[in-house]
Amino acid sequence: MIYKTLADRIRHNKPVVLLTIIHGPNIGATLLATPNLENLGTLGDAELDRVAVRDALGELEAGRTSVRSYGPSGQVTPEDLHDTPTVRVFVESFSPPPQMIIFGAVDFTAALAKVAKVLGYYVLVCDAREVFATKRRFPMADEVLVTWPTPVLTARGSDLGPRDAICILTHDPKFDVPAIQGALATNVGYIGVMGSRKTHAKRLERLTEVGVTDRKDLDRLMSPIGLDIGSRTPEETAISICAEIIGRRVGRVVPSLRESSGPIHK
Amino acid sequence: MREILNDIDQWRSQNKRIAVARVVDIEGSGPRDPGAAMAVNQDGEVSGSVSGGCVEGAVVAEALEILASDSPGRLVKFGYSDDEAFAVGLTCGGVVHLFIQPLNW
Repeated sequence: MIYKTLADRIRHNKPVVLLTIIHGPNIGATLLATPNLENLGTLGDAELDRVAVRDALGELEAGRTSVRSYGPSGQVTPEDLHDTPTVRVFVESFSPPPQMIIFGAVDFTAALAKVAKVLGYYVLVCDAREVFATKRRFPMADEVLVTWPTPVLTARGSDLGPRDAICILTHDPKFDVPAIQGALATNVGYIGVMGSRKTHAKRLERLTEVGVTDRKDLDRLMSPIGLDIGSRTPEETAISICAEIIGRRVGRVVPSLRESSGPIHK
Repeated sequence: MREILNDIDQWRSQNKRIAVARVVDIEGSGPRDPGAAMAVNQDGEVSGSVSGGCVEGAVVAEALEILASDSPGRLVKFGYSDDEAFAVGLTCGGVVHLFIQPLNW
C-alpha cells in the first residue's frame, strides 16, 4: 500500500515524503507522509513517527532530501540522546517538478520545451495567437494555452518559486511588456527575455513608460536570453537558455549574453 | 524513483521479489545525488542507476543477497577508502552511501 500510494503521487506530481530507517533499531521500517493526509506505515514508535514526520514535512516543503538522527522515541536533544541507540532516518522528498512557462509560440519555443522536458520541467506554452499556440505544434509541452500573459500569471504566479522559470520569446512589445510585468510580480527564480541588444534597449524604454524602473526588478531580467556560447539554431539556443537557468540557480558565474557586448551571432 | 516505477509495477504484477537501492548520502564528488534509485528483481534484472555505472554490478550482487536472506535492509558504502565491502569504487574519488532494502511495503 505504501509503494502504490507513493507511485501514484509521484506520477501525478503530488508532494509526498518517504521515511526509511537506515540505521538502528527497526532498520528498514518505512513510513509515507503526505501534507494533510494520514501517514501510511510506521517507524515502530508513535513518538518517533510524530517527530520524524513533523521534520519530514518541513523537508518536503523545502524540496530537500536528507538523513536525520533521532533517539528510538524521537529524542532530538543531546541530553536525551545520551546512552540511547541512534536511529537514522532517510527522508526522501518527492516535490512536484519545477515549472517553465514559455510565452510566445515561435520556433525557439518547441526546442526550448523539448530541452526543458529533458531536464524534468513541467512546461506550459502560452501565446495569444490561436493558430500558433496548438498542442499539435508543441506535443512535448504539458499545457498549451491560447491567452495573454496577464491572466496566466494572475492565476498561477503565486505557485512560482526559485526553482521555476519564465521565458519570454515573443519579441513583441504588446506581449513582452505585460509578460515581464506579470513575471516580476512573482517569486520566479529565472526570467529570460529574448531579443537582440537593440530590442532589449527599446524594451527598457517601454518598461520605463509603464513604470517598471526599479533597479532590483530590471536586474532580474536576463536579456538577451541565454549564455554567450555562440548558439545559432533553436536547439542550441535552448541549451544556452537552460544552461543559464542552471548556472543562476546554483549561483555560478556563467557567461551570460547579458554581461557581454557586441552582436549575439558572430 | 520516478523513472523506475514502470519496471517495478511490471515486476510486481509478475509477483517478482524486488529490492530497491537508494543513494542516501554522498561525500566528495558523487555522480548521483541522494534519492537516485535502482531496483533489482529476483532474476537479477535491473532498472535505474545509482552511480555513473561504477558500482551497479556490486549493488546487484548485494541486492540479490538481501532478497535471498530475508534481510530488512542494509546500509552499504562504496568509495576510494572502502576496502572491506567491495573491491569496486567510484572513479571520481567520492564516497556513496546506499540503503538497499526489499520492496515489501
